[in-house]
Amino acid sequence: MPEQPPLYGLMAEFLQPHEVVVAAQRAYAEGYRRMDAYSPFPVEGLAEAIGFQKTRLPLVVLIGGIIGCLGGFYMQYYASVIDYPLNIGGRPLNSWPSFVPVTFEMTILLAALSAVFGMLALNGLPMPYHPVFNVQRFEQATRDRFFLCIEAIDPRFDREATRRFLESVGAQEVTEVER
Amino acid sequence: MSEHPQDTVSVQQRSGHPPVRHEGTPVLAPGHTFGSVTDHISAIVLTRQTPRGWYLGFALAFILVMLLFYTIGILVWKGLGLWGINQPVGWGFAIINFVWWIGIGHAGTLISAILLLLRQEWRTSINRFAEAMTLFAVSCAGIFPLLHVGRPWLAYWLLPYPNTMGLWPQFRSPLLWDVFAVSTYATVSLLFWYVGLIPDLATLRDRAQGRGARVIYGMLAMGWRGSALHWHRYQTAYLLLAGLATPLVISVHTVVSFDFAIALIPGWHATVFPPYFVAGAIYAGFAMVMTLAIPIRAIYKLEDFITMRHLRNMAMVMLATGLIVTYGYLMEIFMAWYGGNTAEMYMITNRMVGPYAPMYWALIFCNVLVPQALWFRRVRGNVKGLFVVAMAVNIGMWLERFIIVITSLHRDYLPSSWGMYSPTIWDWSLYVGTIGLFFALLFLFIRFLPMISIFEMRELVEEHR
Repeated sequence: MPEQPPLYGLMAEFLQPHEVVVAAQRAYAEGYRRMDAYSPFPVEGLAEAIGFQKTRLPLVVLIGGIIGCLGGFYMQYYASVIDYPLNIGGRPLNSWPSFVPVTFEMTILLAALSAVFGMLALNGLPMPYHPVFNVQRFEQATRDRFFLCIEAIDPRFDREATRRFLESVGAQEVTEVER
Repeated sequence: MSEHPQDTVSVQQRSGHPPVRHEGTPVLAPGHTFGSVTDHISAIVLTRQTPRGWYLGFALAFILVMLLFYTIGILVWKGLGLWGINQPVGWGFAIINFVWWIGIGHAGTLISAILLLLRQEWRTSINRFAEAMTLFAVSCAGIFPLLHVGRPWLAYWLLPYPNTMGLWPQFRSPLLWDVFAVSTYATVSLLFWYVGLIPDLATLRDRAQGRGARVIYGMLAMGWRGSALHWHRYQTAYLLLAGLATPLVISVHTVVSFDFAIALIPGWHATVFPPYFVAGAIYAGFAMVMTLAIPIRAIYKLEDFITMRHLRNMAMVMLATGLIVTYGYLMEIFMAWYGGNTAEMYMITNRMVGPYAPMYWALIFCNVLVPQALWFRRVRGNVKGLFVVAMAVNIGMWLERFIIVITSLHRDYLPSSWGMYSPTIWDWSLYVGTIGLFFALLFLFIRFLPMISIFEMRELVEEHR
């Protein structure tokens, strides 16, 4: 890696959700890969436009659910059969139908925890500092503006050419993002 | 602003939905933009003057919270003898109120999860608020069983953990299932609510004027910046949570009904209990959402977002679940007769003409008769009428739990062990205290967090253009 580029990237501002999707698709077609788009609500097709394939989150949740299910059942089995066997009305020690509700609740609990913490971890949150917040206009990204940021570490990034490209795809304004 | 009702119809046609006329009113008043919904909802928290009613309401609720703390203090000091419970009625107010509060919570999860999966877009403006209601109702519910264990400082014995006593909880007991069901429900509701709040907390962070507010909302938003990749995973997580919360909410009241149905007491040992309890929970919950939404939309001028369409749809859900509950009441009577069991038959007769008969008939009046008014379009379109029906259902559902708990326990198989139950002043003060806690939390929520999901409203604006 050569010395740190002085810029984080170039950020283009758009007024409408479909404009930023088109711009992102054009940028991807142009060969840019290190970029991200920012919007005040989830925009259909935007993640795909910047080349995002699919998330591993459902797998994380599935694994969490399976651990919850097996762990929940084993917890009850261990307590009722191995560690503290109690004869309740002559019923079998492993009275599995009675263990179904707790097993079910543990499945849901662990799956839900993995969904939330998995989502946060994959997204890299919490992240108190991020260069995009250095742009004054960026606070509109949580109101009604849409942004596309091409990052300086992209091999095709060039301060002037990228700026001209972003202006050509209909950006309202192109701002330099400081690191 | 609202002189273009035909606009919304044409939008529905364009976006492929059949142009259904939902009794006239759209889910969002026309003329709103991304900016206007953001400003309107965030202003309630950030800039707009807090209404005088808020201070008054919060003060009143706060007094009741103090009453709650006082009651709990005295109760812990003196013990459960303060309550009206006795032999044979060992369950009293604590279980009635527990089931009542848990039931109220269910509408929140139903609105946020099940209606999301069913793509009912009208849920958008009421889901945040209903989820908050769930959370606070579950907090109130949890207080009762914790105190009812008698020594609340040992309540952690309910949890399975390796201990020096070498003991484990009894996993074959429905009461322990309840511990898992309710604590899972509370945790998942909190997660669902918080995940839904993250993008809106970021909006508040960026709108806030004061440094303190910006720092606090900033920390809570965890650096959310609306990245497309983040949104993608966020939506996946939100949908998965909705899919997990849906069976959860049904399981929770099913497990609560097992507390009764697994026992052999006449009137409890019935297979109809799980579905009947779940329907009753949704019924009670929608009534509470309605009770809260009607004054709030008027005070905070949110009629553009919580339109008549929302109130009408909720009224229809109430009517449908109310009919299921009515079916449950009829089945209880039918099965008692058809089963040919003397004790069951006596239980039903005792409910209808016994010492608690006035409560039973009040329950039938509130839960079965009054909601039939919702068949009429004129009642569904009348805010005051809806409020009256919702209040009747709130009371009716409390009476239902009273009847189930008390009439079955006070006269079971052995006439020699029959008894009567009447609540004491401490039973009432604890109950009223939890109502205070519920409203105090709700007032704080309305003041400090966006009570309508801002980013979902922006999506609604986008879909309706």
